[in-house]
Amino acid sequence: MEQMIRVLVAKPGLDGHDRGAKVIARALRDAGMEVIYTGLRQTPEQIVAAAIQEDVDCVAISILSGAHNTLLPKVAALLKEQGAEDILMLGGGVIPDEDIPFLLDNGIKAVFTPGTPTSKIVECIKENVTK
Amino acid sequence: MFDRSKLDQMKDKANQYEAQVEKSIARFPERRETFVTGSNSEVERLYTPEDIAEQDFLEDIGYPGSYPFTRGVQPNMYRGRLWTMRMYAGFATAEESNKRYKYLVEQGSSGLSVAFDLPTQIGYDSDHALSEGEVGKVGVAIDSLADMEVLFDGIPLDKVSTSMTINAPASILLAMYIAVAEKQGVSADKLRGTIQNDILKEYIARGTYIFPTEPSMRLITDIFAYCSEHVPQWNTISISGYHIREAGSTAAQEVGFTLADGIAYVEAALEAGLQIDDFAPRLSFFFNAHNDLLEEVAKYRAARRMWARLMKERFGAKKEKSMQLKFHTQTAGSTLTAQQAENNIVRVTIQTLAAVLGGTQSLHTNSKDEALALPSEQSVRTALRTQQIVAYESGVTNTVDPLAGSYYIEALTDQIEQEAMDYIRRIDDMGGTVAAIDKGYIQREIMDAAYEYQRAVELNEAIVVGVNKYQVEEESPTGLLRVDPVVGENQTKKLQALRSSRDNEAVEAALAGLKKACEGDENVMPFIIEAVKTYATLGEIADVMRSVFGEYQQAVIV
Amino acid sequence: MKWTEPRQIARLISAVEDGRPGHEEQLKELFYQTGQAHVIGVTGPPGAGKSSLTDKLAKYYVDQGKRVGIIAVDPTSPFSGGSILGDRIRMNDLTTNPNVFIRSMGTRGHLGGLASSTHLVKQILDGAGADIIFIETVGVGQSEVEIVQAADTVLMVMVPGLGDDIQSMKAGIMEIGDVFAINKADLPGADRAKIDIQNMLTFQPEKDWLPLVQMVSVKENTGIEELAKAIEMHRSFLNEEDRLAIRRKRNTRNELIDLLYDKLYRRLVTQGNFERYLEQIVEKTLDPYSAIDKLLEDLRSENEND
Repeated sequence: MEQMIRVLVAKPGLDGHDRGAKVIARALRDAGMEVIYTGLRQTPEQIVAAAIQEDVDCVAISILSGAHNTLLPKVAALLKEQGAEDILMLGGGVIPDEDIPFLLDNGIKAVFTPGTPTSKIVECIKENVTK
Repeated sequence: MFDRSKLDQMKDKANQYEAQVEKSIARFPERRETFVTGSNSEVERLYTPEDIAEQDFLEDIGYPGSYPFTRGVQPNMYRGRLWTMRMYAGFATAEESNKRYKYLVEQGSSGLSVAFDLPTQIGYDSDHALSEGEVGKVGVAIDSLADMEVLFDGIPLDKVSTSMTINAPASILLAMYIAVAEKQGVSADKLRGTIQNDILKEYIARGTYIFPTEPSMRLITDIFAYCSEHVPQWNTISISGYHIREAGSTAAQEVGFTLADGIAYVEAALEAGLQIDDFAPRLSFFFNAHNDLLEEVAKYRAARRMWARLMKERFGAKKEKSMQLKFHTQTAGSTLTAQQAENNIVRVTIQTLAAVLGGTQSLHTNSKDEALALPSEQSVRTALRTQQIVAYESGVTNTVDPLAGSYYIEALTDQIEQEAMDYIRRIDDMGGTVAAIDKGYIQREIMDAAYEYQRAVELNEAIVVGVNKYQVEEESPTGLLRVDPVVGENQTKKLQALRSSRDNEAVEAALAGLKKACEGDENVMPFIIEAVKTYATLGEIADVMRSVFGEYQQAVIV
Repeated sequence: MKWTEPRQIARLISAVEDGRPGHEEQLKELFYQTGQAHVIGVTGPPGAGKSSLTDKLAKYYVDQGKRVGIIAVDPTSPFSGGSILGDRIRMNDLTTNPNVFIRSMGTRGHLGGLASSTHLVKQILDGAGADIIFIETVGVGQSEVEIVQAADTVLMVMVPGLGDDIQSMKAGIMEIGDVFAINKADLPGADRAKIDIQNMLTFQPEKDWLPLVQMVSVKENTGIEELAKAIEMHRSFLNEEDRLAIRRKRNTRNELIDLLYDKLYRRLVTQGNFERYLEQIVEKTLDPYSAIDKLLEDLRSENEND
């Protein structure tokens, strides 16, 4: 029996640009993963509750509004609070390079900026999720 | 378009040419098997009169300033007046934005454009739980009339034209603008500007909706009706293809879906009892300018011709102004790359040319660093200079619609019109745009195109310089503009102060009046204006409307 | 397994879905806690509003102080084996409610409207203390009869405007519904649809339960309580005359057969001689019928040696 990789693709905050999130959801599906997509305007609490109930291996968060420094670490902290810090956390969107070290220090495994091929994200998940 | 006997005479020569090309390709294959536009539409090797043989000059192309307006809405276009160079800007607080507006006016910008932060766009006050981390991030935070007064301090509202990128709560922000003007002693009939007010594309592509479709359409027609009487120079809607394209659509989809939205608004207004020629001249459009220069020019021309025909033939408009598709353009944010950000200046230049050669009425040019963060003042200046160089140095403004008559441009204009009309027909068959959105049809078509493009880039079928070809190792850029995180706190403090200093009884009374209007079928605009004048907050007003109208549930389309 | 430990529940579900070995002990223990939950299967054509209606019903039950488990099944792509599971999008308000547990499942190649492990997931939620379990099927059309074997009550969600479709559905799928909800009751044609469905149901022979038909509007949030009452009436009906026990025995029989099939299949296929016999069949030195006899014989001697 295969060991399915499950990924939650989430859009926290208020920004409604979901092209990136949807493209990535499709790419992960086409790479054979199960993708749970929860739509726009998710609070960090909702993202974490969904991640736990769905027992995902990875939470991939897309954010374009500039609220990444607030929202990404909050999701990571809530996961930790639930004892779920083993879930791989990825961030993507319009995120300046100079913010990336801060995010990496706060529970985010990798950050992808515009122009990243989806294959790189697939690779990153496959490398970091051991089943 | 051409004499048939002349076309027949061409046949021999055309065959000779084909043979010659075949021979040459046999020895030196072409760079690729098929060539496609930026929208993945196949392009022929050569276009000749044969490709536009069916066209009729007067019916299909004609003269600028007259039906079907393929060549432009004014007879002399930029020889008379250049397009409005309108730079979208809005930062964090009303104070900072006000400073930026004054700077832009000094630099020769001829119109203001206000970007609001996301809480404002979704009708939440800055202290709402969902506003956390978002206050002041993508634009200015407006919680009440007090913020709006600061935003336009020292800017005479009878002298500028102001474009506000606001949709779901457009009625509230317009009400605030009217109230600020009144305080300046400027009456509403002197006000010039635009509100985006295009909710359908929010459901389709941009995601900043609040209310369900039905009450949203009512709010829009209420604004139409109110403005045609009280704010006659105001453009009450900017029907936007920009975000549809940003979401990944093709050029033909951009035109098809945007005009389908336009049709829905026209039908809603007619149903509300408005007369076509009363409101149609105030409808304006907003398109994207992408990298494929010639496809984009054809796109604008096709859109103009289609709208003119739709208005005349489908809706029986009589006034020429009702048939004219006037549009604002913004260069494509999605084409900007974080890699080698300098290259973006070149992309924006090509896109500027597309918009100008396509006959735009106003233009916002993106700054090179927008794939990274909000633009810095210096990069905004370069973006504005790009427009000015095209305007004053390139020479493309000297004659009207200079690309008309190009076999390729005319054939492509026809092709885009046909494809876009096919979409409109399909949407009509589904019962109109709202039904097509509910079914997820439009969203799915766009997502398919977006995914297709992404695959093409990853397979190196589509080249993005600096991304999948000609990459370099580079240092991360510095000096990016960032929003001070205390903005949110300050805004919250201001709100608290406001709530304790205003006349709360007046606020309650105004909100109660608004609630009644929402429940009935009176025009809500006067009630919203009453409410903003009492310094009721944006969130309070939107909450009253939410309590009556409910909230929109997103269609699940991935 | 406790309701208050969602992570443990979720992990056991994954183990079961992936068919990972070593969780049988947990399931054995859990089994004795099951049987309390009322299992409601939610089915109907795509676009009927199954997820939204499940969301509303779940809210109703949560307000009654119940614990609600929701299993939402979506199709798996036959090409990549991956899937996009988007039903939660309709249930976001419930996500953080401690009395709600939502799990999305891909069919992973299984036909019939459910995933092959949906039954087990249902048991896990039941054993963990759910009072109500919703199972939302894929909703791709007429092949979704499997839900009958998983649910105590089958809720069929319909929308007006299906007209002719209802006629053609009569043959199969209409028969599985215990309660019908006509969603989008605000749309024209809703009354017509109700009459059509009622007419059709009246002519169903050999049924001692006449399915109830309830108009609802998820958009206007109307008819939800009435629908829940209809579901409860069906539950009361089941409680009379041992009907529930009979229905569950039938379902348990199917589940047992599935488990048996699964276990036997795995043991037979993974044992040493399977590949060798396969070779021989290909070479025509052995016929498949004799191969099966040999495999069963091997299994028996293997057990004797244990």
